[in-house]
This record gives sequence, structure tokens and C-alpha cells, in this order.
Amino acid sequence: MDIIVCVKHVPETAEAELKIDASGKTIEKTGLVFDINEWDDYALEEAVRIKEKFSGTVTAITVGPEDSDSTLRKCLARGADKAIRLTDLKFTNSDAYATAKILYSIIKNLHFDLILTGAQAGDDGSAVVGPVLAGLLGVPHATMVKKIEFGEGKAVVNRELEGGLEERLEVKLPAVFTVQTGINEPRYVSIMGIRKAMQKEIRVMGLADIGLNESEVGEAGSWLKIEKLYVPPVEKQAEFLQGSPDEIATKIIEILKSRGLV
Amino acid sequence: MNCLIIKRKGFYTNRFEYVLKSGWGIMDFELTAEQKMIVETAAEIAHDYGPEYWREKDKNHEFPEDFWKSLAEAGFPGIVIPEKYGGGGMGMFEMLLAMETLVSEGCGLAGEWFLCLSSVFGGLSITKHGNDAQKEKYLPRIAKGMEFCLALTEPDAGTNTLNIKTLAVEDGNDYVVNGQKIFISGADRAKGMLLVTRTTPLEKAPKRTLGLTLFLVDLPNPAVEIIPIEKHGINYSKTFEVYISDLRVPRESVLGEVDKGWYLLLDTLNPERMSFSAAACGLGLLAIKKAVEYAKERKVFEAPIGAHQAIQFPLAEAKAKIEAARLLNYKAAWLFDRGQECGAEANMAKVAAVEAGTEAVYHAMQTFGGYGYAVEYDVERWWREVNLIRLAPVTHQMALAFIGQHVLGLPKSY
Ligand SMILES: Cc1cc2nc3c(=O)[nH]c(=O)nc-3n(C[C@H](O)[C@H](O)[C@H](O)COP(=O)(O)OP(=O)(O)OC[C@H]3O[C@@H](n4cnc5c(N)ncnc54)[C@H](O)[C@@H]3O)c2cc1C
Repeated sequence: MDIIVCVKHVPETAEAELKIDASGKTIEKTGLVFDINEWDDYALEEAVRIKEKFSGTVTAITVGPEDSDSTLRKCLARGADKAIRLTDLKFTNSDAYATAKILYSIIKNLHFDLILTGAQAGDDGSAVVGPVLAGLLGVPHATMVKKIEFGEGKAVVNRELEGGLEERLEVKLPAVFTVQTGINEPRYVSIMGIRKAMQKEIRVMGLADIGLNESEVGEAGSWLKIEKLYVPPVEKQAEFLQGSPDEIATKIIEILKSRGLV
Repeated sequence: MNCLIIKRKGFYTNRFEYVLKSGWGIMDFELTAEQKMIVETAAEIAHDYGPEYWREKDKNHEFPEDFWKSLAEAGFPGIVIPEKYGGGGMGMFEMLLAMETLVSEGCGLAGEWFLCLSSVFGGLSITKHGNDAQKEKYLPRIAKGMEFCLALTEPDAGTNTLNIKTLAVEDGNDYVVNGQKIFISGADRAKGMLLVTRTTPLEKAPKRTLGLTLFLVDLPNPAVEIIPIEKHGINYSKTFEVYISDLRVPRESVLGEVDKGWYLLLDTLNPERMSFSAAACGLGLLAIKKAVEYAKERKVFEAPIGAHQAIQFPLAEAKAKIEAARLLNYKAAWLFDRGQECGAEANMAKVAAVEAGTEAVYHAMQTFGGYGYAVEYDVERWWREVNLIRLAPVTHQMALAFIGQHVLGLPKSY
């Protein structure tokens, strides 16, 4: 089975002290530690496990700057066979749609039975690159995938829904699945893997190599534009209810009803 | 055998020779992509096995099975083992990066300890001096996590290694070994032991440094009896008195040449020293990090305690000293990996690292006030751990004696 995994090199923001940069549209990146997007980590692990079971190849692809090599190397060290980095200054500020177009332009020329991506990226959380890519490729997709099994020409996947529900879907292959964390337990990069990774090549391609033009990528090729990134002001909206317990209870019910909560 | 490494005379007679030999002028502090990945993986493992994990293991005197399994799966015991035998084919420098990161990112001394026992005592010694059969037999297993130990120290020899009494006597195609060892770490779990013996007793040896022979012994063995020693820290690993009675070992298990063991042993003891220097630096960094977090938060008068110079400066000083010691230790490894003499650097790094690391943990504990004494805050455990490094693998005094004699050219002080 030939599997493509789309990965993203992102800053670790969960515990960092974040500052908005001068443009007001993104965060100050200096001093932040970059790593493979958490969800992609699970996607890659799943791909490698599938390969180990059914044989085939795993190709990791990223759209990002040169620094993304460390994320691709990590994928290679963990068992990916090939890596492709799509890098061009013109790709800057691509939204999910433009990013999916860039990925599509190279993936459409590759053989694949399955494409895995993370369910979302830790930096922008848009969670749509996978579905848009599937749309462009004209193949089915499933999001928030927690389990993948295979049948003849198809896969059966479990999707995680709200409220602890899971949905089981049968999907024709090839398909795109966006993977939820917890689908597996990603292995550590191994010393032998690191050694092997250094012997594998990372293919680098730019705008000119993928048959798109300037107007289709970056800000020009995007449907969305970031207007502003900011830290929401802290607001205190507490209302103290006065009266006897019965009166307070009545007021609470009124408030809940008026907001459509009961 | 690499004779450069065993050259012990004529260290640095003048300053320029030192500078020339040391390869200064080609400095590059940038880690390779490969080395960065080792550091990142080590950090990831250390975050999964952080201080709480070790608090429990230390308290319950429990071997960290899952930690060692994770390290083995990630191939860490094989860093210094050639690729041909399932290792990474890298050097002591990469091993130090791994150890230091494991220690400083949360494992404490354990991040170095188990790798030293298995990979340095076993993997590195056999890689350097084993014959093909010995390499075939041990290295692939060590790369996968087979445990090893080193039986060198004896009750009546102590620091004076050449004075060991454990005797191996030739008998047909075998050797029969009798003697007593002390402070042998990991002897309960190890499947292999690097055993240091005399095949020629000291009084009959043409030279004090001749007559030692190293054996690779498979464990457990009924002729090897072990009795645990209750100790101050590192309670997730046991250390033993070892009694060896009529242990029969085949000639093929001699590592290197008979009677020349001392010269080979330096290729184990120098990396062992570097490993523990890395541990001292790592422990210092770990304790400083924890102390800094605490000092920013803890307020008893108006300002957080970290605003006071009495709290801040000792931590800053220790940090500066640790960073200096790390560089010297890296240099020792760099020389070792190139097959050059590294004794001077290894011992100087050890002295610097122990002082810096101990100072760091001491002041981290002071930063925590009474909480520094509470098990829950981990610093007391790191204090118990860092205390080892001034006593073992070489005592602080003996490392200084080495520098006095071999680096400064002063008369032998012992
Ligand atoms: C927890 C632990 C684990 C260990 N694990 C191992 C192991 O796995 N394998 C192994 O072989 N050994 C191991 N050791 C042994 C360790 O290497 C020795 O304890 C150490 O080398 C010191 O030897 P000693 O204890 O006999 O001290 P001694 O030699 O008795 O020295 C006592 C003190 O006197 C000082 N001293 C002695 N002679 C001189 C001199 N001429 N000049 C100045 N000062 C001097 C020493 O520096 C020291 O401070 C371990 C020790 C400990 C505590």
C-alpha cells in the first residue's frame, strides 16, 4: 500500500508565552521551538504501521520553509521512505485552500492508495486541508479518524464525534483520512532510524516545478485573508443574583431559558 | 589496538603543544541534523519519564523496566555500537548528548546510569577491543538493551586499581577466577560482566601496570555470588558486593590481550568519566531549571525570592560553570572519538563538572528552602544523586591527582 502523509512543521505554542508580531497577523516566532504538528505525528505513525503490516511505501510531504526539513527528517527516521518539501516564497500566506492546491499539484502525479493528514494543525487549527485536498483529487475523505481497517479496495474507519460517540464508515480507496490524536502511540525516533534518515533524500520543489502559477498560491490564491491576530481582552461578565433561594432559582431558570440552554 | 590512547607520558610539556594538539581553530559548535535528532528524541523520552516517575522508582527501589524498554526500542544503548552490529555507529560525543539531555530533561542521574552500565562498560569496551566472535556475541544484544556491568573495584584496592587481588589462573583451556569485588552496580540484572582480574600478581609483574586481564563473563553464574549494598541514592538500581569462587571462564572470553588489560581499561574508564561528567552537568541544569521556576513564583516578602541576589547569583554562577564544564567534556569526547589521548580533558572535565553540578544542586535546594528537603520537590533526590559523582567513578581527589601529575607535571602525590 502506498501512503502519502501530509505533515506540517509548527511552533509549539501550548505552553509558550506568545506575542503578536509587528504585522499583527501572526505570532512572534523567534525563541519558539518547532516540531512536527502533533496530529501529523499520529498520522505518520499510522502510515508506518500500515506499511509494516501490508508493505508498500510512505511518502511525507510538507509545504513550508527550509526549516521544515527537521520535521521531514523525523518522518524519515520514523519509517517514511521518501520526503518532499514544497518551498517557495510565493507560497507565503497560503490559506488552507491554497495549501491544498499546492499539495494537490504534486500528489496528483504520485501513486497512492491512501493519504493521511492530521485532523488539524496546532498553529492555525483550520482542519480543512485534508478535506479540500480530497475534493481536488476527487476522492472520498473522512475526518477525525480514530481507527482504520482495510478490506478489498476499501477501508473501514471509526470517526470520533462529540459526546463520546463514534461513527463507523466504509470508504472506497483511494481516500484521504484526517487522523485524530490517540489513534496509536507514536514510537520514538530511533538511533538506527536517524542513521537511515540521513541517507534518504529530501526532494525540494518550488512553484516552477509544480505547474501552478503565482496567482494560484499564497495570498493571491487564497480565499481567506487574516485580518488580525490578537489576544482577546479579558472580560468579566459575572452577574450576582440577589434574593431568597427560591427567587434565585427562578431567575436562573429564566436566564437559562432565555439563552436557549434548557 | 590504538597505542596513541595509552600513551601516558609526556603529556603537555608546553603551552603551545597543548594548543596545537587540541585542534583549536576548527571549532564548530553547530550540531549536525543527526545529533539534533538525538537530542530531540532524548528530550521526548525524558519528558515521558519525568521526575515523578523517578520519585516513585527511587522510593520503591524498583528497576525502571518501561523506561529501559523505551530507551532500547529507540536504540540508545546502541549509539556507540557499529551499524554492522545493529547500532548507530556513532561516538561518545553523541552518547554524551543523549545522556546529558535525558538527565537534564527530567530523568536525573538515571538518564546516564543505565546507558553507562550497558553501553559504555559493555558496548564500548567490546567495540573497541573485542574480537569478531565477541562482537557477534554481545554487540547486537547490547544494542537491543542487554544489560551489562563492570567489576573493577575491590575492597582492599579501592582507588588503587593496580592493587586488585582477584586472580585468574590458567587451567587447560580455561581460567579459574577467585576474588572479591565491591560496589558492582547492576550485577543482579546484567547478563554480561566486564571482569577485571590479575593474571600476574602485582609482586611478580614486571611493571605495576602489567598483569591485568579483562574477561567477558556471562551472568548469572553460580560461581558469582552477589550481596546488595544499601545506599544513599539511585535506589532504582542496585549495587553489590560480589564474591567470585572458582569461576571457570574459557580463554575465548579474554577481552584484548592477557596481562595488558590496564591499557585497554582506559578506553572504558575515560568514557565512563565523561558519562558521569555529563550526568553532573545534566543534574545541575535540571536542578537549576526547577529552582528558577520556583524562584519566579515564590514570594514571602514583596518580591519573588528570585529577585534577591542571594538566590539568583549562586544559580547564575553554577550555570556558567556547568556550561564551561560541558564544553570541556565535549572536547574530551571529541578527542576520544578520534582515537586521541583524552585523559587530561576527561579528568579536567570531571573536576569541573562535579564542582559545577554539585554547586548547582546545592543552591537549587537552598532556593527551595524547607521544600528542598521534601521528597515531593525532587531536589533532595538529585542531591543524593549528584553526591555520587564526587566519589565515583573516580574520586574527586584522584581526578585532581591525575591533573597535578599528568597535566601540570608535578610529582606524583600518592
Ligand atoms: C553507588 C556506587 C556505584 C559504584 N559502581 C561501581 C561499579 O559498577 N563498578 C565498579 O568497579 N566500581 C563501582 N563503584 C566503586 C567506585 O568506583 C569506588 O568507590 C571509587 O573508585 C572509590 O574507591 P573506594 O570507595 O575504595 O575509596 P578509597 O580508595 O578507599 O578512597 C577513600 C578516600 O580517600 C581518598 N584517597 C585515597 N587515596 C588517596 C591519595 N593517594 N590521595 C588523595 N586522596 C586519596 C579518595 O579520593 C577517597 O576520598 C561504585 C561506587 C558507588 C558508591
